[in-house]
Amino acid sequence: MVPELNGKKLLLQGNEAMVEGAIAAGCRFYAGYPITPASEISERMSYRLPQVDGTFIQMEDEISSLGAVIGASLAGVKSMTATSGPGFSLMQENLGYACMTEVPCVIVNVMRGGPSTGLPTSPAQGDVMQARWGTHGDHPIIVLSVASVSECFSIIVTAFNLSEKYRVPVIVLSDEVVAHSRETFTIPPADSIEVVDRIAPNVPPEWYKPYEDNSRGVPTMSSMGDGYRHHVTGLVHDADGFPTDKPEDIEAFTKRQFKKITNGFFEIQITKKFNLEDAEIVVIAYGSVARSARHAVAMARAQGIKAGLIQLVTIFPFPKNTVVNVMRQCKAVLVPEMNMGQISREVKRVNPGTTEVFKYNRIDGQLITPQEIFEEIQKI
Amino acid sequence: MPKGMTELRHKYLRHHKKFPHVWCSGCGNGIVLGALIRAIERLKLKKDDIVLASGIGCSGRMPTYVDFNTVHTTHGRALTFATGIKLAKPSLNVIAVMGDGDATAIGGNHFIHAARRNLDLTAIIINNQIYGMTGGQASPTTPYGANSTTSSFSNIEHAFSIAELAVAAGASFVARGTVYHAAQLDKLIEKGIRKNGFSVVEIMSNCHVQFGRRNNMGDPVTMLNWFKEHAISKVNGSSIPPDSLDDNFTIGILADVDKPDYIAEYQKIRQMAKGK
Ligand SMILES: Cc1ncc(C[n+]2csc(CCOP(=O)(O)OP(=O)(O)O)c2C)c(N)n1
Repeated sequence: MVPELNGKKLLLQGNEAMVEGAIAAGCRFYAGYPITPASEISERMSYRLPQVDGTFIQMEDEISSLGAVIGASLAGVKSMTATSGPGFSLMQENLGYACMTEVPCVIVNVMRGGPSTGLPTSPAQGDVMQARWGTHGDHPIIVLSVASVSECFSIIVTAFNLSEKYRVPVIVLSDEVVAHSRETFTIPPADSIEVVDRIAPNVPPEWYKPYEDNSRGVPTMSSMGDGYRHHVTGLVHDADGFPTDKPEDIEAFTKRQFKKITNGFFEIQITKKFNLEDAEIVVIAYGSVARSARHAVAMARAQGIKAGLIQLVTIFPFPKNTVVNVMRQCKAVLVPEMNMGQISREVKRVNPGTTEVFKYNRIDGQLITPQEIFEEIQKI
Repeated sequence: MPKGMTELRHKYLRHHKKFPHVWCSGCGNGIVLGALIRAIERLKLKKDDIVLASGIGCSGRMPTYVDFNTVHTTHGRALTFATGIKLAKPSLNVIAVMGDGDATAIGGNHFIHAARRNLDLTAIIINNQIYGMTGGQASPTTPYGANSTTSSFSNIEHAFSIAELAVAAGASFVARGTVYHAAQLDKLIEKGIRKNGFSVVEIMSNCHVQFGRRNNMGDPVTMLNWFKEHAISKVNGSSIPPDSLDDNFTIGILADVDKPDYIAEYQKIRQMAKGK
C-alpha cells in the first residue's frame, strides 16, 4: 500500500521535502547521478516515483541525467534532476539546450563549497552566478532559492509551475544547511496546491508552429506522439522549429526568449519582506542565510535598531524593482552571503542612489549565524 | 510490401520544407536514410509513433528531413534524450542516429551504458571513420595508419570496434552493415527496431570528401568498392572489426539475445513500490 502523505505531519529533511513538493507539482520523471549533499533527493525519488507510476532512473553522469530529463519533458512528462556543484557544471551544456528549445524542467543544485570537488559536505552559495550565466550564449533563465524545509516543498512547486508556464528551465538553489536540516512539516492537502501545466496546441496539426510567437511570447507545446510531429533542435530555429540563419529570424527568436520572461516579472520575481516599513538598515539575503537574517533582524529590533529584511526567493531575474524601492527609503543595505559577494554585486548594480551597500562574506565552509549578522548590523 | 522509392519519399520526407539537404553529393548518409525509411515502411509503424533523435554532425542532420517526431540534441547525447523519451512514453518507437565520433568519443559513455541498461531503443551508428562535419579530424574509428586533418602524418591510435563494443556492453541486438550492402541494411535496421531491448546497427559509410580523399579513395564509387571487397558475411564464431584499411571485416548480425528490457523490469519495481 502506498501511504497517503497529504495532510500528514512529517519530520523531513529539506532534500526529502523537495521530493514531496515535486510529486505534488506533478513531477513523474527523475534522472540523476549521486552527489553529496543532494543524494537524498535521488534516493527518495527512487522509491516514491514508482509508487505514483512515475519513473526514476540513475544515469551514468549528470550530462545524461539532464538529457533524459529534457527527453521525458518533450514526451509530455514533468521532469527534474538534482545535483551539486560538480554535477551542475556538467549540466551546463544540456541546460542551454533546454533554454534554446524551451523545454520545461527543474534542476536543483544543492550548493557546496567549490570550485571543483571543493567542500562536499559544507554549505556555500558560490554557484549563484553560474546558475544565471553558466551555459554559453544569451539566454533567459529563472533561478529560485530555498531557506527552509517548508520552502523546499513549496518552492519546488513554484519552480515547476513557472517552468511549465514560461517554457524555461528553472534552477532551484539550495545549500547544504537547508538540504540536511530536519524540521516537522505538514504536507498540504493536494487540492490546496496550485499546479500549472504547459498549454497544449488546439489547432489542427498541419497548422501547428511549435515556436510561434503570441501575446505571452510562450509558444504552445505538444508532446511527442500526440500527433503534432515537429522538429526540435538546439540550433537557432524559426517558428516552424527548423534551423535558420536569417538575421531577422535569429533576432526575433532571441528577443522573444527574453520577452516571455520580462512579461512575467510580476509573478516570477518573488521576495519575502520582513519589518521593512520603517527600516533604516535592510538585510538582503537568500537561502539558509536568509533564515539567520530573520533572527538577526529580530535581535536588532529588540535593541531598538530599525532593521528589516528582503529575502530573495527569486534570485534571477533579479527582483530589481523591490530592491530599488526599498533602497530608496533605507540608509544602508547589508548583503550577507556564503561566497565572495555575488548578489552584493547585483545590489550595487541596481543601487538607485547613494545607499551604502555592506557585504558580509563567509567562504570557510561555515554557515552564517544570526549572531554574526546581528553584529554586522550593529557595526553599521 | 515497400512501394516505389518516389512514393516512399513523399510519404516520409519533409519534402516541402527542408530540401536541398546539407550532405555532399554521393554521401552514404542518404543510403542509410533510405534504408531506415524502407525498414519503417515494412514495419508499418505510424509516423506519430516514431521518434528519431540525433546528436551533432552530418549524421545529426538526418532527423531534419523526415516527418517523424524529431530531436536534434547535443553532440554525443542522443541516447540520453532517447532514454528520457522512451521512459516517459514507452509506446513510442525511439531511434537514435549517431556518427562514430558522436557515439563513441563524446558519447561513448552514454553508448555503453545504454547497451548495459537494455532499454528498448534502436541505435544507428553511421561509421564513416572520420569527423565529417568539422572537416576530417581523426575519430575513435579512424583506422591505424590512416590520414586525417589531425593525424596528417599517420594515425597512431587504434580504432574502436563499435559493434563488438556494443556486444560486450550487453546490447540485445547488434549488427554491422555497409552502405554498399543496402538491401541487407534494410533488414538489419528492421530487425533492430523490431527487437525488444537495446539494438545497435553499425553502418560503414563513405565520407569520400573528408576520409576517402586523404586515404586514396577520393570518390564515392571507390569507397563503395572498398566496402564491397572487404566486407565478409559473418558465419559462426568471432567477428572481425573494420579497424584497418587493408583487412577484411565482418558484416551481419553479431548478437541477438532475449532478455527482459528495462521497461519490463521497471514495471516490476512499480509493483514492489506499491507493496503488491
Ligand atoms: C560539445 C561539442 N564539441 C564539439 C562540437 C563540434 N562538432 C560538431 S560535429 C563534430 C564531429 C562529428 O563527427 P561524427 O560524430 O563522426 O559525425 P559525422 O559528422 O561524421 O556524421 C564535432 C566535433 C560540438 N558540436 N559540440
